[in-house]
Amino acid sequence: MSASRTGGGPLLEVQDVSLAFGGVVALQGVSFDVREHEVRAIIGPNGAGKSSMLNVINGVYHPQRGTVAFKGRRHRRVDPHEAAARGIARTFQNIALFRGMSVLDNLMTGRNLKMKCGVFAQALYLGPARREELEHREKVEAIIDFLEIQHVRRTPVGRLPYGLQKRVELGRALAAEPELLLLDEPMAGMNVEEKQDMSRFILDVNDQMGTTVVLIEHDMGVVMDLSDRVVVLDYGRKIADGTPDEVRRDQSVIDAYLGVAH
Amino acid sequence: MPEDLPHTFPRLLLHQAKIRPDRPAVREKDLGIWQAWTWAQALEEVRSLACGLAAQGFKRGDRLAVVGDNRPRLYWAMLAAQVLGGVPVPLYQDAVAAELAFVLQDADIGFAVAEDQEQVDKLLENLPQCPQLGCIYFDDPRGLRHYGQGKLTSLDALQALGREHARQHPEFFDAEIAKGRPDDIAVILYTSGTTGSPKGVAQTHAALIATAKVLVAFDGFTEKDEVLCYLPMAWVGDFLYSYAQSFVAGFCLNCPESPETVMTDLREIGPTYYFGPPRVYEAILTQVMIRIEDAGWVKRRMFHAFMGLAKRVGMGILEGKPGVSAIDRLLYRLGGLLVYEPLKNVLGLSRIRVAYTGGEAIGPDLFDFYRSIGVNLKQLYGMTETCVTVSMHASGEVKLETVGKPMPGVDVRIADSGEVLVRSPGVMREYHKRPDATRAAIDAEGFFHTGDAGYFDGEGHLKIIDRAKDVGRLAGGALFAPKYLENKLKFFPYIKEAVCFGDGRDEVCAFINIDMAAIGNWAERRNIAYSGYADLATHTAVCDLIRECVEKVNRDLAGEATLGDSQIRRFLVLHKELDADDGELTRTRKVRRGHIAEKYAPLVDALYSGKPSCFVETQMRFEDGRIGTVSADLSILKAKTYGGADTRKAA
Repeated sequence: MSASRTGGGPLLEVQDVSLAFGGVVALQGVSFDVREHEVRAIIGPNGAGKSSMLNVINGVYHPQRGTVAFKGRRHRRVDPHEAAARGIARTFQNIALFRGMSVLDNLMTGRNLKMKCGVFAQALYLGPARREELEHREKVEAIIDFLEIQHVRRTPVGRLPYGLQKRVELGRALAAEPELLLLDEPMAGMNVEEKQDMSRFILDVNDQMGTTVVLIEHDMGVVMDLSDRVVVLDYGRKIADGTPDEVRRDQSVIDAYLGVAH
Repeated sequence: MPEDLPHTFPRLLLHQAKIRPDRPAVREKDLGIWQAWTWAQALEEVRSLACGLAAQGFKRGDRLAVVGDNRPRLYWAMLAAQVLGGVPVPLYQDAVAAELAFVLQDADIGFAVAEDQEQVDKLLENLPQCPQLGCIYFDDPRGLRHYGQGKLTSLDALQALGREHARQHPEFFDAEIAKGRPDDIAVILYTSGTTGSPKGVAQTHAALIATAKVLVAFDGFTEKDEVLCYLPMAWVGDFLYSYAQSFVAGFCLNCPESPETVMTDLREIGPTYYFGPPRVYEAILTQVMIRIEDAGWVKRRMFHAFMGLAKRVGMGILEGKPGVSAIDRLLYRLGGLLVYEPLKNVLGLSRIRVAYTGGEAIGPDLFDFYRSIGVNLKQLYGMTETCVTVSMHASGEVKLETVGKPMPGVDVRIADSGEVLVRSPGVMREYHKRPDATRAAIDAEGFFHTGDAGYFDGEGHLKIIDRAKDVGRLAGGALFAPKYLENKLKFFPYIKEAVCFGDGRDEVCAFINIDMAAIGNWAERRNIAYSGYADLATHTAVCDLIRECVEKVNRDLAGEATLGDSQIRRFLVLHKELDADDGELTRTRKVRRGHIAEKYAPLVDALYSGKPSCFVETQMRFEDGRIGTVSADLSILKAKTYGGADTRKAA
């Protein structure tokens, strides 16, 4: 199945990105690309710079050196809301939802960038605002159906079990109809069944919505099953890049994971 | 009710589409909105499905398997098969692949309609053993894009094919319907089978429609009624009470959005009549009780005070009996305003005219609860082989311990052995491919042998005690009716399942399954930490809680002359939930007592040998088919017995 998915050209190109916080170097000259329609995994031991990499891609951190090109447009400095407007959505390692709001409302916030009517029109629920809201609701309902969370549609997110909250967060990212979806440890802390469900949803998103996915994950089984290509980071450097099989056999990857005498 | 209704389902569809083309026939919640199809639209859907199937080579007498949750197109597919003179065979959607294999082979299934990827996977897994399965159609295309199986087609594609076929052969559909005869087999329903492999019950159009007519007339259903179809399509209850009755009365079937949303959907639809096995009513009540315990002090006090009143006078008011004082009536009104109506509204029971329960005996307190808040809950008795309908409570003649009087047109006789025998228009034609079993079940006079033990009380109400073969005797000679005891135990919200032993033994012992939702909540409120089911089940506080329940049952039993000896002496709380996947329950969730006694033989021995505890290790099957083991050290617990049970034993 992977062969059919990875035909596209590069959607995202990361070139020679370096990022440091004071004296702490998080990323050093990292380059890789993400092709259209693929599932790209970023793996590496703790503190390897994986989350920093995602934060650079969607503009939370600004690298001191290097560029990120999305859809052929190269730039050094991009802010998170610009990244979102261009079609990059993400989920977080620690769930970041509005806990007191219902699942439905949380997903509706994901449509925020697509809403055109002003606050005034929305508050008065004028004709155009009403039509717009219905349209957004339809999109959101499709996502609810897709992620099979109909039964908790009206439940406040804070009352949901962890695995479902993760699913809702994915839903909110999808609500923005992104071209590139960044998932930061989508399966952390889940049990086997929840992981299976989540894997299926990620594959379905990739397959049916045609969304390109970049994901960080620790469960190697999941990574090897899901991804078309894998980037391996260690101490902020890229140490390997290739298909799951290539990466699995790579000596430097084995050393990084198992440790080696220096 | 016009007596000249047509006698096959396809003709009934034409009839309904003609006399009420614009009334809703089916509703389904999709993307958060209820979508409705009128009878006229339903007819077109069925036409395209039937013509599509015909174009694919479906012939008269062919069988079409239908597997999935209650979806409009699955119902229509059944009807499409009937239009073509074929036989739909609905299958249990939660059965694992291996269980489907038997039915696929036994019913010689050539065509199948599956709801989604999950069901398609199970059918494909069975292809090697079932080469005759040539065409599989699916409703929901999700995840199936890359399957590329030559045998797989979407229902959309099938319907497109059918519309084309109908354009070319405009007469075909009506001509096929005209060929159908009332004594054709309309459906084969597989019984879950407490013992042995399932048997296919073949029912004719005439039997089903005659029975549905009786039922519709009995409680006066009209096109304005609403029902939520949430029970498995493979169960006769759904086939008769949803499918068949809607064709006779012309009312609307409502399909829930997903199995998890049933409670919400129930509330949104507000059905006017409702049918469910006792466990459904039990689950609802358990939920209510949990939430009340969590509610604030004022609400809790109010609930308990008014429920006390309802228990005292509610049933009298529902049945219109005299002797309820004016003050009580006024208070009950107030209770309706403050408690009963809001409660019914939350449960989706506000508009209920009549609710049925059947399939198993219902706990008295459970039954009273619903009736006392004004839900006209009635018991009925029947089985797949008799189109369910044998006897039913008439409104105003409800007696909890009985299953009512025989329905019009139904002949009930009690054999010398105590077995209940039934003759009615709804008795099945035969067991599919099992002439031996058919001969054993239906005698020369046409009476069906139910296998249940029962008797008529003084007012002509039928009372069922247990399965004829399960009713046993204690070593002392006293009557032992295990199901009766189990049902008493199961009424407690904390007890999910119970299995009692005692036949041929000196005394009665029991296995108890805790209800994880109820006990989990109970434990949380008491700050009892636990890591999972097994941990919670073996906790001493939980064991004490269950002991209290068992002792209450014992106190009750002490008051009953015939069953005083059946008080439970010792019991244990099982470390795993009894599950159909492990063969411990049937698919309709009835305990398979014999199988459990065999599987847990060391535990049964421990109960009777008086050991203080017993170590046990059990295999269990996970939902993905893998097998794991759970182990625990179970304590054998003693329960107090009451009221000189021993003296009676001596006598």
